[in-house]
Amino acid sequence: MTEIPKEEYILKCTSACAGCSSTLSLRYVLKAAGPDMVLVVPACCTSVIQGTYPRTAMNIPVYNIAFAAAAACASGMSAAYRKKGVKTRVIVYAGDGGTVDIGLQALSGAFERGTDFLYICYDNEAYGNTGMQRSGSTPLGAITTTTPGGKVHPKKDIDRIIEAHNPPYIATACSAYPLDLFQKVTKALSLEGPKFIHLLAPCPPGWRFPAEKTVEVGKLAVKTGSWILWEREHGTLQVSGPSRAAMKKRVPLDEYLKMQGRFRNITEQQKQELQRNIDRALARIACEVKQPCS
Amino acid sequence: MKRKRLALSEPVEGASGKTGSWRTYRPVVDQEKCNACGLCALYCPEAAIDPELQVDLAFCKGCGICANECPKKAITMVREER
Ligand SMILES: Cc1ncc(C[n+]2csc(CCOP(=O)(O)OP(=O)(O)O)c2C)c(N)n1
Ligand code: SF4
Ligand code: SF4
Ligand code: SF4
Ligand SMILES: [Mg+2]
Repeated sequence: MTEIPKEEYILKCTSACAGCSSTLSLRYVLKAAGPDMVLVVPACCTSVIQGTYPRTAMNIPVYNIAFAAAAACASGMSAAYRKKGVKTRVIVYAGDGGTVDIGLQALSGAFERGTDFLYICYDNEAYGNTGMQRSGSTPLGAITTTTPGGKVHPKKDIDRIIEAHNPPYIATACSAYPLDLFQKVTKALSLEGPKFIHLLAPCPPGWRFPAEKTVEVGKLAVKTGSWILWEREHGTLQVSGPSRAAMKKRVPLDEYLKMQGRFRNITEQQKQELQRNIDRALARIACEVKQPCS
Repeated sequence: MKRKRLALSEPVEGASGKTGSWRTYRPVVDQEKCNACGLCALYCPEAAIDPELQVDLAFCKGCGICANECPKKAITMVREER
């Protein structure tokens, strides 16, 4: 088994909600990165993890930056460090709103320029910090404060947008699998250039489930195929263990949906569409694994 | 005094206060049932369970993840009297 460093880089305790899976994930991201890093954080719940000025729970350097500028800020930092011959790891830890909507152009630019950094999007599938408004990453049928009847549009496929930049490394992860996340961050940081990790982070108040179910909900996302764990290194796709198991035997989607109050209003038709999207995504992955198209 | 040009926060333990006061239920471990697998510490978002598996009640928010994930059902969430 992988040895996880005992060192904690988030000091007890944060102002995040009880049961926050983004906090849980960040613990392992920081353990994998080690102390020689700088975290770039746009406006999002991560600033709640940091705490309020002039004190912070973060025992590593953090740079807070405007929404649209996270990847641009990281680009400048990385360029300056590399010019000085310094190896400091530059990691963006941004929400889904700040990634798939607001920060997308700076993110695309940084990947196109080959910036040496790791961009992690923790996806709680809405604008959590301001009270759960719909984002491009909110799934079909989910209630948010701006989609009180359930979202009528499907989730944006940010991974395929990033894949189009042909980065050396891109992976998905989920807070319920911290060891898988730790290994992926470690792998990403061992490679040069722009790396992307898309991390599913179930949010108890936002998704409307009890805090103790945070890990259970994350596991069900993977077991139902709603979230697929994989990594792509220099173009070569590998499906991660928990999703390989899910591809053989899947838990019915309803098990995942019924745990969350945000899917209270979902229609039969929307459920079928979610199921079709899962089937399509898994079929595409199975096809590529069987016959790599290189 | 020289003017500070950058708003800088300093790292301190308890930056957000003693978050243990948020708790309505506290985790209580039954040592007879516990097999020291460490899963509770792995999944605690707050790192409030140390490597010796002791819960730091000054900071534990009482989310209940540890109890939900314990494979031995060794942790019970008990209502706080206060
Ligand atoms: C330009 C700008 N617009 C709006 C806001 C208000 N705002 C702060 S955090 C936030 C939500 C961010 O959502 P996401 O990126 O998904 O992160 P999360 O809060 O869910 O962790 C918003 C809308 C802001 N700070 N700056
Ligand atoms: S709203 Fe969700 S993501 Fe934000 S701090 Fe709370 S649990 Fe974490
Ligand atoms: S998860 Fe349960 S069995 Fe494992 S160490 Fe914690 S209390 Fe003990
Ligand atoms: S109740 Fe939550 S915060 Fe407290 S020890 Fe268990 S997992 Fe950690
Ligand atoms: Mg979000």
